[in-house]
Amino acid sequence: MTDFILRALAAGLLIATISGLLGSFVVWRRMSYFGDTLAHSSLLGIALGILLDINLQLALIASALLFAGMLLLLQRNKSVATDTLLGILSHSTLAFGLLILALSDTVQVNLTGYLFGDLLTVSNTDILWILACSVLTSIVLLAFWNGFLAITVHEELARVEGVAVERLKALLVMLIALLIAVSMKIVGVLLITALLIIPPAAARKLAHTPEQMALGASVIGCVAVSAGLLMSWEWDTPAGPSVVVSACGVFLVLTLVQSLRGDEAQ
Amino acid sequence: MNRPCLIEATDIGVTFGTRQVLEHVSVKVHEGEVVTLIGPNGAGKTTLVRIMLGLVKPQRGRVQRRDGLRIGYMPQKLHIEPTLPITVRRFLELARHAGKTPIDEVLEEVRIAHLLDRQMRAISGGEMQRVLLARALTQSPQLLVLDEPAQGVDISGQAELYELINEIRTRHHCGVLMISHDLHLVMARTDEVICLNHHICCHGRPEQVSIDPSYLALFGRKEAESLAIYTHRHNHHHDLTGHVVESRHD
Repeated sequence: MTDFILRALAAGLLIATISGLLGSFVVWRRMSYFGDTLAHSSLLGIALGILLDINLQLALIASALLFAGMLLLLQRNKSVATDTLLGILSHSTLAFGLLILALSDTVQVNLTGYLFGDLLTVSNTDILWILACSVLTSIVLLAFWNGFLAITVHEELARVEGVAVERLKALLVMLIALLIAVSMKIVGVLLITALLIIPPAAARKLAHTPEQMALGASVIGCVAVSAGLLMSWEWDTPAGPSVVVSACGVFLVLTLVQSLRGDEAQ
Repeated sequence: MNRPCLIEATDIGVTFGTRQVLEHVSVKVHEGEVVTLIGPNGAGKTTLVRIMLGLVKPQRGRVQRRDGLRIGYMPQKLHIEPTLPITVRRFLELARHAGKTPIDEVLEEVRIAHLLDRQMRAISGGEMQRVLLARALTQSPQLLVLDEPAQGVDISGQAELYELINEIRTRHHCGVLMISHDLHLVMARTDEVICLNHHICCHGRPEQVSIDPSYLALFGRKEAESLAIYTHRHNHHHDLTGHVVESRHD
C-alpha cells in the first residue's frame, strides 16, 4: 500500500473514534440538525478564509466555533423555534459562502472537495490537526464525561444538584464544532453529520449503558472507515461517500440482527 | 414555628406572555416542616416550585436559601431518550456528590436494590418514582422538593410511597415542599397547606384551610370534608420528634 492510503486510514480512524463518542451525544441530545448547520456554515468560513487570505484550517475552526457560539446564544432567547432558526442559518450561510466563493475570482477552490470530502488527499499537516483535535477532545471528554451525561439524561436534575449546565452544554457544542471543522476535508460538508449519527445509531442496537454505546459507535465508525477505504481502493469509488455507505451497511446489518434476536437490548 | 428557615420565596410574580401565572406569592419552608401546595391544574404550582429550585427566574420577588442548602428534587416525571441506554445503577451514580451518601444505603431506604441492573425505560411508574426518590436522597438533602410524587403510581402504591416519604423525612429531619393532589393521603402529615390559584387563596394548618371559604369555593364541600375528616383522625401523627401530640381541636 502506498503512503496516501495509510494517511487516509490514520485520519479516518482518528475521526471515526472521536465521532463515535461525540456523535452519541448528538443522538441523545437530538442535535443532528445542529451538526448539519455547523457543517453548512463552515463553507462560509472557507470563503472568508480565502477572502482574508488566512490559513484555511484555522479559518474553518474559527468560523465553526463562532457559529456554534452564535447558535447557543440565539437558542437561548427562544424568539424563533430552534429548528426554524437552524434552517435559516444553515442555508443562508451556505448560500453566502457559495456566493463569496463565486465572486472572488482570484482563487479557484475545489468546491467538490469540500462538499464531498477527499480522504485520499490528506496531508501530514491535516493529520496533525486531526490528532491534536482528537487528543484535546479525549481529554475533555474524560474529564467531564459524567457531567455531560448528567445534563443529557436530565438537565433540571443536574441543575438542581449544582452542575454548571450552561457551561457544559457550551463545551460540548464547541467540541462538536471543532470536530466538524477538522474533519470537513475527510468526508465533506454534506456527509459529515452522517459519521456523527449513523455509528451511534447502529451501536444503540447492542448497548446497555451509555459507555457501551459510545465506544461501540467508535468501533463501528472505524469499521466503516476501513471498509470504505477498501471499497475506494478496490473499485475506485470516492472515499467519503464509500465510508458513509459502509456505515449505513453496518447499521442495516445490526438492525437485522436485532430484529432476529428480538428486542433484547431495549 | 421557631425552627430555622430553609428556603423562603417572597412576593413572587411571574407572567408568561400576557398571562399572569403567579402574583404576590410568598412561601417559607422551615427545618423538618412539611408544606403542601394544592390547587387546580394550571394554577402555577409547578412554576412556583421551579422558581424555588432556581430553574426559572421570576420577574418579581426573590428566593432566599439557607447557605449551602442541599436540595433533593423529585421531578414530576422523567423522560429518558429512547436512544439512550442507561441502567438504574448508572442513573443513580450520575447524581452529583453521589459519593457522599453510599448508594447502597439509599437503595435500602427506598427498597429498590432489585432494580439496579434494569434499564430505566423498562421499569414501572411506581418503581420510577422510587428511583427518583433515591436520586434525591443521594444529595443527603435538608430539603426535599416533590412535584406530585405519586403520579403514575397505583392506589395501593400511593399510600406506601407517602409512608416512605414520611419515614425519610423523620429519619433525616428534612423539610418537605410538595405538590400533591392526594389530599386524603398527605394532609395528616402536613404542617402547612398552601392553596394556590395564581395567588395564595388561603394557607394554614390543614384543619383551618379545610373550613376556609376560598378553599371551599375552589375544591367544593366534598373534598373539603374528606380533608377535615382525615386531618382530624390522624392528628397525633403531626409531631416530628415522634411524640404523640394532643389533638389540637380539644
